[in-house]
Amino acid sequence: MVEQIQDQTPYYVHLGDLFDGPMDLLVHLVKKNELDIYDIPIALITKQYLEYLKLMKALNIDIAGEFLLMAATLVHIKSRMLLPTQDEPEGEEDDPRMEIVRPLAEYLQLKYAAEDLVKRNQLDWDVFVREHCDDDTEFVDEGSENLVQVSLFELIDAFQEIIKQVSPEHFLNITVDTISVKSRISQIADILEQRGSVTFQKLFETQATKGDIIVTFLAILEMARSQVIRIMQHVSSGIIRIFHG
Amino acid sequence: MDNLKAIVESLLFVSDTSLTIDKIKTVLEIEDRKAIHNVLTTLAEEYESQKRGFFLAEVAGGYQLRTRPEYGQWIRRLKQTRPARLSRAALETLAVIAYKQPVLRSDIEHLRGVDCGGILRMLLERRLIRVLGRKDLPGRPIIYGTTKRFLELFDLKDLGDLPTPKDLQALGEAWPNDST
Repeated sequence: MVEQIQDQTPYYVHLGDLFDGPMDLLVHLVKKNELDIYDIPIALITKQYLEYLKLMKALNIDIAGEFLLMAATLVHIKSRMLLPTQDEPEGEEDDPRMEIVRPLAEYLQLKYAAEDLVKRNQLDWDVFVREHCDDDTEFVDEGSENLVQVSLFELIDAFQEIIKQVSPEHFLNITVDTISVKSRISQIADILEQRGSVTFQKLFETQATKGDIIVTFLAILEMARSQVIRIMQHVSSGIIRIFHG
Repeated sequence: MDNLKAIVESLLFVSDTSLTIDKIKTVLEIEDRKAIHNVLTTLAEEYESQKRGFFLAEVAGGYQLRTRPEYGQWIRRLKQTRPARLSRAALETLAVIAYKQPVLRSDIEHLRGVDCGGILRMLLERRLIRVLGRKDLPGRPIIYGTTKRFLELFDLKDLGDLPTPKDLQALGEAWPNDST
């Protein structure tokens, strides 16, 4: 059996992230044999599919469960094809192959869609936009190893730092129309939606009054509690940054 | 405002995300959408006819100055960054979400025939997809959708800008190139 495979074009095995799954193998076989997906010779495809699995085993490649499930489906369809159809033989729905044709057609469509995305002008590859030169973006892309979860106490410390920075005259001001925690939450959610993350400090910058600052802090706590945001601290710089969920 | 064109151009120049007409309206405190639209069209035409290094792209529901794709190679040299391009598996997963949203992980996996947990996490991290909510089903599964960032990354005006299934069929007349 191995010889039989060797004289054909070699199969490419995708591993790790590139492992494409049983549907991809089916597409490969259909394409290689130049078949019409709506009229698949199920015996041939099943045979080739199983040969491929055997080869993978021989090469000591772990076969994912999905591949075995697909093998079982193919064998099942093949056996149903062999059974004589008693009642009305006509009708597309009675074709046992539909079980595989429909997902295959959908999968192909999906491949074309992915193909189309590749052809587009990708941002930061084909086309570029003006750089964000915000000073608080410096460590965002450094990878999560440099970030640690922030404890509630550290957060309160940071909050006290901010409260200290409020100028005394604002401190004494009593404003009536402070924003509600709820609407502050949605404002913060908008900011995160747009930028992905923001520094703790930055969220307080526009807040002049003590009331606003407290509302913002409560909003952050509430969002952290419902796990809409993650609060992380950069190990070396100590900057606290809030991330989207 | 007789210098409206120049003002709008200046806004486009400094903005780091795509600018919607509504946003321009609010900033300039004018009501005339049509005037803004006209100015944007004129600017786009000017950049085109003058063969500028950038063009006015319509992305994610707004307008943004972008460098021309034909000069991409030079900018890549300037920036010396190689952004991690998306794997085929990631692109397929994104395509399912873009077309079928709001969509459950189980639906995506059913269509692709493989586990997508890792890819979904990566796409969430790269802000290309987001959690829309949870479905009222046992286990309260998460519902996914694409983000504005997704539209920006792939130069899409909106989701309607994606090719229709029919267009895809035509595209697929030639077999997809699976040279990966």
